[in-house]
Parts: sequence; C-alpha cells; structure tokens
Amino acid sequence: MAKTTLDLKGLSCPMPIMKLAAAVKKGASGDTFEATSDDAGFEPDIIAWAKETGHPMSGITKAGKDITVTITKK
Amino acid sequence: MTTDAVQERIKELEERLEKVEANRSNLTMVLFSGDFDKAFAAFIIANGALAMGKEVTIFVTFWGLDVLKKPTMTGAGKNFLEKMVTMMRPKGPANLPTSKMNFAGIGPKLFNYMMGKKNIASLQTLVDTSIEFGVKIVACQMSMDVMGIKREDLIDGIEVGGVAAYLGSSFNSNTSLFI
Repeated sequence: MAKTTLDLKGLSCPMPIMKLAAAVKKGASGDTFEATSDDAGFEPDIIAWAKETGHPMSGITKAGKDITVTITKK
Repeated sequence: MTTDAVQERIKELEERLEKVEANRSNLTMVLFSGDFDKAFAAFIIANGALAMGKEVTIFVTFWGLDVLKKPTMTGAGKNFLEKMVTMMRPKGPANLPTSKMNFAGIGPKLFNYMMGKKNIASLQTLVDTSIEFGVKIVACQMSMDVMGIKREDLIDGIEVGGVAAYLGSSFNSNTSLFI
C-alpha cells in the first residue's frame, strides 16, 4: 500500500484532475494519494471526480488557498 | 403479480440497467470550429472526461481540421485551389484565431499570454495530453478531400474516418457535443 504525495499547486483546471487521474491509474488497488491544489475549482472537481470514478475520498482539509484531499484507489 | 414474476422483472431491469451504465462511459464531440477558444473548450472537456475514466471520441470536421494540422504543412503536390486553401488557413493550435477579439491575430497572442501567466495549459498541451490519455480523434475524410488535406498534413495519434465512425461512438454515449 504505497502512499504518494502530489503537489498540484499552481496548476489550473483541468490539470490537477489530469495529474491525479494519471497517478491513480499507475498505482495499485489500496494505494493512497494525498493531493494538494490551490485551484479554487479543485474542491467541487475532486468531489465529482471521486464520485464518478468510485475511488473513495477521505477528508478535505483547507489551509489558506490550499485544498488537500486523500484518495484511496479502489 | 406473483413472486416469480416480480423476481423475473427485477432481473430484466437489472440487465437493462447494466447496459445503460456500460454506455454511460462515453463522451462524443464534433469539433467543427477552428477557433482557438472553441477548440480550447473542446479539449478542456475532453481531458476532464478522460481523467474521469470515460471513453472520448472527437470527430473533427471542416474548420476543426486546422487544429490538427502540422505547422509544417505545405501545398506541395496539391492543385491550385487546394494550395490556396492551404495557404489561407491557420495550421496547428499555436496559429488559430479567436472567435471574438481576434484583432488580426493579436487576440490569440494576448490570450495565450494571459493564460500562461495563470499557468493554464496551452491548447497544444491539452491536445497532446488527450492523445496520451487515449482520446479517439477521428478526422473527417470528406472534409480532408474537399480542402486537399492529406493524412501526413495532420498530427500523429489520430484516425481518419467518416460520419459512421463518429455515430458508432455517439449512439453508445450519453453526452454528445457540437463545438
């Protein structure tokens, strides 16, 4: 169960989701991915993405502009 | 209704639902426009859908073909009218006009500058990324014939086909856009 940290700061839509999707695709089932983005649209995007792809998402934390989420590959 | 009949009905509905859900995975688009801003919207949506694990087919026709042209495309081996069309149309993502505020070609440069400052991916990057993620781009054979565009005038990683190739994907999708 590998843990990957993704720094997606500075990227604009749709790149944060693209980079996260690419990383999750490469990973194995059960791997976790902690992604941080400062794109204002990241929160609704990641919620929709997780719902659609079925990879469980746990906890959204916010610090200033940064939004961090953890995705577990299903 | 008897219990058996109800159970049979449930089974039938489950099978139908499975079919419907399998088809939900597709997005198809017709990219008709060769405008920078419209192509940009098309490829943003395509990339988003690909990231969400969907199959994406883009049928590229008429002016949309400008997006797929190699910047090095020449009129060599084409007839007079084809040469003229080749000369007059922009070639590739970096050379497209915007649909509004084009200002004789200054508009796109301005938008590219503004987008670059905000670290927004360029149209070229979006096209490349979508191909990397397995988008199916189908260039319209008929439009290519009309304008004298040859397969080698267009970028790699795409297919050439007809309307049936697009419709085959479109009938199996629940989202279809014309841009």
